[in-house]
Amino acid sequence: MAAVRETVETVGEVEKYKYGFFTDIESEKAPLGLTEDTVRFISAKKNEPAWLLEWRLAAFRRWLTMTEPTWAKVSYPPIDFQDAYYYSAPKQQAKLDSLDQVDPKLLETYEKLGIPLTEQKMLAGVAVDAVFDSVSVVTTFKEKLAEAGVIFCPMSEAVAKHPELVKKYLGSVVPTSDNFYATLNSAVFSEGSFVYIPEGVRCPMELSTYFRINEKQTGQFERTLIIAEKGSYVSYLEGCTAPQRDENQLHAAVVELVALDDAEIKYSTVQNWFPGDEEGKGGVYNFVTKRGDCRGANSKISWTQVETGSAITWKYPSCILRGDNSRGEFYSIAISNGRQQVDSGTKMIHLGRNTTSRIISKGISAGKSSNTYRGLVSVHRKAENVRNFTQCDSLLIGSKCSAHTVPYVETKNPSAVLEHEATTSKISDDQLFYCMQRGIGEEEAVALIVNGFCRDVLQQLPMEFAVEAQKLVGISLEGSVG
Amino acid sequence: MLEIRNLHVTVDGKEILKGIDLDVAAGEVHAIMGPNGSGKSTLSYVLAGREGYEVTEGSIRFNGKDLSEMGVDERAAAGIFLAFQYPLEIPGVTTMTFLKTALNAQRKARGEEELDAVRFLKLVREKAKPLNVNDDMLKRALNVGYSGGEKKRAEVLQMSLLEPALAVLDETDSGLDIDALKTVADGVNALRSPERSMIVITHYQRLLDYIVPDVVHVLSGGRIVKTGGKELALELEKSGYAGYGADAA
Repeated sequence: MAAVRETVETVGEVEKYKYGFFTDIESEKAPLGLTEDTVRFISAKKNEPAWLLEWRLAAFRRWLTMTEPTWAKVSYPPIDFQDAYYYSAPKQQAKLDSLDQVDPKLLETYEKLGIPLTEQKMLAGVAVDAVFDSVSVVTTFKEKLAEAGVIFCPMSEAVAKHPELVKKYLGSVVPTSDNFYATLNSAVFSEGSFVYIPEGVRCPMELSTYFRINEKQTGQFERTLIIAEKGSYVSYLEGCTAPQRDENQLHAAVVELVALDDAEIKYSTVQNWFPGDEEGKGGVYNFVTKRGDCRGANSKISWTQVETGSAITWKYPSCILRGDNSRGEFYSIAISNGRQQVDSGTKMIHLGRNTTSRIISKGISAGKSSNTYRGLVSVHRKAENVRNFTQCDSLLIGSKCSAHTVPYVETKNPSAVLEHEATTSKISDDQLFYCMQRGIGEEEAVALIVNGFCRDVLQQLPMEFAVEAQKLVGISLEGSVG
Repeated sequence: MLEIRNLHVTVDGKEILKGIDLDVAAGEVHAIMGPNGSGKSTLSYVLAGREGYEVTEGSIRFNGKDLSEMGVDERAAAGIFLAFQYPLEIPGVTTMTFLKTALNAQRKARGEEELDAVRFLKLVREKAKPLNVNDDMLKRALNVGYSGGEKKRAEVLQMSLLEPALAVLDETDSGLDIDALKTVADGVNALRSPERSMIVITHYQRLLDYIVPDVVHVLSGGRIVKTGGKELALELEKSGYAGYGADAA
């Protein structure tokens, strides 16, 4: 059948990335390259306190001594870190009191992305923070959230208004020394969302941040910090897009989650950065460090991700299960097409007693892409009665792509029960023929089969986004059949 | 309805059908019987347009249209339905979702309005009831973990919902016990109509006790070697295929 025949190279990959437009808007940038002065420039732009500048500079100095990790199963030419801009902000009035003051071009951009920021058009019950290059454009539903005591604002605002919280938690999950990209982020991070849920509060709506890289040669280094106090609950979703460009754009974000006793954080990602064209030209390098700390007893952190974009993905959203009886979950769909390279997975670090974790990973490879699951389940010596269940399923479309599964298991406590299941399958000619004989077109048939394959994970997404994600699965596989 | 002329079909470079002529008029039920390897399934696949089944000579016309230019899904939308001998499993896709996707894809292809969830649900329940297909079965992934009988009932349900002009039933009796066979046959018989033609492919005469054909053809060595009325099937039951240049298998 054609689908399994071969990926057609002539497919207009470029036309399919509908978020690939560029907004012509005046912006203010830091000078090209990265020096201590760049770090000082960013910190000054954000009117940061001295302690934060010092924090950044320490990270920067450390970064200078570090080398890029090379263990992932991805290949790309060396990155010239001096040939990039580390800060870019659309020029507009310094302070915004209402949406009316936002540059209409920016609102238009988000409208095009399908993210209406004007409140009357807002998705009911979803508060949105929109980040354009290095700054937050607008945060919606602030007042309603404030009534519940929830803080949801851009990181720079949190630094100004809630310095004690930021100081206490920033870098407490992903230390500035963590890894090359996290350290780089610590030095130059420019925006991101800050979320604080007070004790016993169930956040009254979904929180959502949309990230958009617009400027040329600009890296995006957002830093997100979510703190769920005792007995609280929050569900947070991030979405990402970028214009299509010939050169690669670097995205090195850090996300830190802290769940205290009995708290629960559900973090969902729909990542659709520009994946590059069919020749592998351009696209976003997505080198991201995401980690959640189940610091309190009975806490729970759940990562759900739908990854369809980026030229290269290097990310391992992880859980540190520190509190007794805490639980970590990782649900992932990673789709690679064209010449995309994905090396993604999770780490579940069991430190507390009776901690449990569950990993469901669905990798779909099409075109000439490479898709690797890399996961670590680690059980500490004192962690009694740990349970983990891991399921890694790979689906291949065509015969020029590849799927790899690299599970690491380390256990220092004999009471642990760890299960690992892995399957690899191909969409068969028979299945496609069957669907098409019922009148379903070839691409729709592939999307149907792939959505079926991903069902366990799609069900984990907040309802408002599940349908979008299903469509995205279909769109990102367009052209994977000939 | 269907006109097949001097049809030659090659699979992997090997000629399987060697000059088939077959006319099926609207409302008729034709049975095609024959030993294993005679080309019965090849005929069903070539009607459906499966890739790898190459027509080297001859033609197939369906309602006046040349099928050779039409893709698998286009033929389906035009009204050709194939009930599979071994229905495929589609993990994670509920039978309900699959049916809705298929029906709406066909409606869209024909320029008809797609059915919304409410109207679809009503329709599918109405069609499912006589086939003993309950909501529980509709909510399970298509054919995954279905028994042999459930799979065949699901095939007939699809046929009933999609209302094809020509239904090709490939060894629908295989793997069924007598009760399951009766249920399936009742379902098929309920779909007989003056506008709808059927081709029933079977190795055994047993199925034809329940789905009584108007015409019976014997296919052997890639050719139709004999054509007769329903009594021909009974004759084959007694004497086997030995007289038709094949093993009695």
